[in-house]
Amino acid sequence: MTAVLRVQDVVAGYGEVEILHGVSIAVSEAEIVAVIGPNGAGKSTLLKAIFGLVSVRGGRVELVGRDVTNIAPDRIVQSGMSYVPQTENVFPSLTINENLEMGAYVRRDGLRDRLERVYDLFPDIAPRRAERAGRLSGGQRQMLALARALMLDPKVLLLDEPSASLSPKMVDSIFEKIGDINRGGTAILLVEQNAKEALSFASRAYVLAMGENRFEGEAKEMLDNEEVGKLYLGA
Amino acid sequence: MSVFAGRLTDALATAQDRFRGVGDQLILAALWLFFLVFGTWAILTETDAFAVGVVTGSILALGAIGLTLIYGILKFAHFAHGDSMMLAAYVAFFALTGKVVGERTDVELPWSLNDLPGATSSIPWPGEGEFSFGYGLLLALLVAVVAAVALFILLDRLVYRPLRRRGSGIVIFAIAFLGIALAMRSLMLMLWGASPRLYVPGIRPTTDLPFDVRIVTDQIFIFFAALVLAALLYLLLFRTKLGKAMRAMSDNPDLALVAGINTEQVVTWTWAIGGALVAAAGVMLALQAQLKPELGFVLLLPLFAATILGGIGSPQGAFLGGMIVGITQEVAVAQDLLDISPGYKFSVAFVILILILLLRPRGLFGVKT
Repeated sequence: MTAVLRVQDVVAGYGEVEILHGVSIAVSEAEIVAVIGPNGAGKSTLLKAIFGLVSVRGGRVELVGRDVTNIAPDRIVQSGMSYVPQTENVFPSLTINENLEMGAYVRRDGLRDRLERVYDLFPDIAPRRAERAGRLSGGQRQMLALARALMLDPKVLLLDEPSASLSPKMVDSIFEKIGDINRGGTAILLVEQNAKEALSFASRAYVLAMGENRFEGEAKEMLDNEEVGKLYLGA
Repeated sequence: MSVFAGRLTDALATAQDRFRGVGDQLILAALWLFFLVFGTWAILTETDAFAVGVVTGSILALGAIGLTLIYGILKFAHFAHGDSMMLAAYVAFFALTGKVVGERTDVELPWSLNDLPGATSSIPWPGEGEFSFGYGLLLALLVAVVAAVALFILLDRLVYRPLRRRGSGIVIFAIAFLGIALAMRSLMLMLWGASPRLYVPGIRPTTDLPFDVRIVTDQIFIFFAALVLAALLYLLLFRTKLGKAMRAMSDNPDLALVAGINTEQVVTWTWAIGGALVAAAGVMLALQAQLKPELGFVLLLPLFAATILGGIGSPQGAFLGGMIVGITQEVAVAQDLLDISPGYKFSVAFVILILILLLRPRGLFGVKT
């Protein structure tokens, strides 16, 4: 299988603090990959480094064979990767329609078709398209954030804790939606605090600790792995 | 017992929250009611002062919209706004007359916009009467717009962008822009001197409006210019992709970057639009009052009062805030219930500013953060 996203020995951090000390991961076409690990392991920083939001000091990031290390986010979006931050991931004073329009900002053409395609995927928010996003519930906001990231039909979608602060029922429907998106051919790289949920959902997983790779393998095997269980699943 | 106590504290906490929410709504309603009653009273009893207030308000509104736009997208208070207005007004003056201050008398360029055929002959007002200026001033306004846009983009590249890349704090920005404001004022003093100047010397033509209001014809132009520019800005912000991106950045700059918006480009456009508004506001100010180097700085306080009253970051709010501050200023010194000398005009803006900061810091249109 060819890797759509390949991260090699990435070193990154904020100011003088180094958070990632050489992390490597790979995501194959149409695969769901989870990154789990304790608090402060550098999971969110890894996504930000991949997306050009935190500068990468060493190693490289490749998207479909192209070097995208330290490239500005608008160009990364253009080359086929989208990112949904954990919180504050919609524009509250913009309408739902406008939020989605911003997801397609880098492109001039085909806005109407893109909107209809995304509304088909998220029928819950479609009837409220003229409302301000600030009036949506937590779960609907998460849906809108996903929809915004899908406007350009990305090859890879980066998700930072999509289940954070949602009700258990909402968590299920979000994961269901992510599954739908993946079946449409989009590879997904997902960072999760809720490791059990993530492992039962993903096909492969990486365990990150102290900014370094700790384990990697099939997600199902990792669920049964005693060491992983003891350290990170609270089993 | 403890369960009961727990419930009681919970109930009290929610009650407190609700009470605060209700209080907030009451204050907002009271503010609106006050401004409505005050406005109606002013129209009926102080009609002349009200009309002048609308003109002052138009100028403040133009300035405040630019200020609020820059604050919303760049997240800092642009302290050089007033001085930029006046500098742009002087650029228009220079384009129109070609004059700079000399050792004894003004030095004049061999050619300026006033030398165009018919550039100084007054434009007639469709009602009755005429404006004080000819089409030369409109061309000069265009020159000022181009100059202000260029200056703002240059300042962004030279000052703002390096500071932003360094992640400088809000105080650093404030000091940097106070410095720029001082430099602008000194430049105006050097080039055009301290004595006041006018675009068109002489007595200004007036015209009659309904309800026995007699105003300077130019003031009608100022009012409509503000109205048209505000409407254009509204269309830009709510109907164009660039405008929506500007609002998105004002909501959440980090998310705008993540969504793939070229934020640098939006910043440049913000300075360009801010510059155009500053130039228009400055020329209107000079047309209404006169050209004087310190006039822009003096206007900074009412500008901030208008911006905060409307809700920082809200262009609609800035427009209305400008109108309210302008009208209140003029009416306050014209009415004869309280004896307020016209010299205290600007302190009225200060009182409004303090009251709003105490009662409702997020202003009339501001959103909760």
